[in-house]
Amino acid sequence: MEDLLRLFLRSVFVENLALAFFLGMCTFLAVSKNVKTALGLGIAVIVIQTITVPANNLIFQHVLKQGALGWLDGEEPATNESQAAQARAEEGDTIAPQEQSTPAGVTAGGQAGSTESGRFRFADLDLTFLGLISYIGVIAAMVQILEMTLDRYFPPLYNALGIFLPLITVNCAILGGTLFMVERNYDFTSSVVYGVGSGTGWALAIVALAGIREKLKYSDVPDGLKGLGITFITAGLMSLAFLSFSGV
Amino acid sequence: MAAPKTTKVLFDPVFNNNPIGLQVLGICSALAVTTKLDKSIVMAAAVIAVTACSSAVIAAIRNYIPNSIRIIVQMVVIASLVIVVDQLLKAFVYDIAKQLSVFVGLIITNCIVMGRAEGFAMKNAPGISFLDGIGNGLGYGLVLIIVGFFRELIGNGTLFGYSLMPSVSLGGWYVPNGLMLMPPSAFFLIGVFIWLVRTWKPEQVEKE
Repeated sequence: MEDLLRLFLRSVFVENLALAFFLGMCTFLAVSKNVKTALGLGIAVIVIQTITVPANNLIFQHVLKQGALGWLDGEEPATNESQAAQARAEEGDTIAPQEQSTPAGVTAGGQAGSTESGRFRFADLDLTFLGLISYIGVIAAMVQILEMTLDRYFPPLYNALGIFLPLITVNCAILGGTLFMVERNYDFTSSVVYGVGSGTGWALAIVALAGIREKLKYSDVPDGLKGLGITFITAGLMSLAFLSFSGV
Repeated sequence: MAAPKTTKVLFDPVFNNNPIGLQVLGICSALAVTTKLDKSIVMAAAVIAVTACSSAVIAAIRNYIPNSIRIIVQMVVIASLVIVVDQLLKAFVYDIAKQLSVFVGLIITNCIVMGRAEGFAMKNAPGISFLDGIGNGLGYGLVLIIVGFFRELIGNGTLFGYSLMPSVSLGGWYVPNGLMLMPPSAFFLIGVFIWLVRTWKPEQVEKE
């Protein structure tokens, strides 16, 4: 429990996705003109992050990781292929169709290649190179679902977020969270905590920046520095402040 | 018709319509990988390759993509190309690929790639989209290399790992500015870069 709390605080403050890893900068800078929109987007990111990081964790731990499909070995190889496809379809039913045909191809290739041992074994299968494409498939599907939900039930928020909603798909914070989760090999519980934490950290950063920018309207900024330039400097100062959480 | 348009498509994004300076796209990785010059150059090359190829591929199939699922289709194309680039980097420049860690994967979510696919390649022919991708990649790479140059020079006193300004710890005179290797300095450098570009070309200043 203590570990999880520590993980949460660390992902919110010390390893803040926006200010320490520069993830999700595009939307971070473009949508932080006023607090209300920033809050909307921040919440959207928390929601997406909370769903996608654990979902991708399941995919990584139970499908892609080396040996994760080892339990399939006990059965006939002929049916294994279709079962693997089946398992993938269940785990990640949101993945694009092109994808599901890929593992079958890999399996066939592996089967042809491993004539020496006589028989193909799922325990040897390492699908981590398919990681990027699976994660992004999950993320893209989640974003599209959120977009449709917002359009149907919260039109003002939908209009306010405009072009940036589809851009959450290409928000590095989301994919970055997933990739860090994979790199650090979190288990399922940790991944849930990390998802919530990193999303919250990002939302915190964007709302804080929006607050500063609202006040900034009243200050006298040199001409060339107006708008984007001063925003960068502000973000730099914020990042400096967040640096102190890591105890440098 | 073709000649002037081609140069315009190719070089406009480098100076007049820089993806980082003006369009605010693709900043994420621009900041994280620029602590060393060689990392910046490898990253720039990877992004140019992915942007150009993905624009060309998406432009080639643009008439067959159903509008409602276009984002997923674009993502799949981009992700496949990034996997290819990732494997190539691991095969040929393993050390740098390791330092870049998750940021090669994050080219997928680099807004430049997606932005060009959505904004240009969906409406234009493959050839011109390819050039547009190269142009935007170059504009991005330029900023990346400038930032990487200053961060490595000031932060370490080296370029490409060769010592230009010998640091105190090695018996020289230069005291490295450690802040340059930390995240905040990247924000400051890009802020100053934008300031300079906009002083040079005042029409880029945003209207309030």
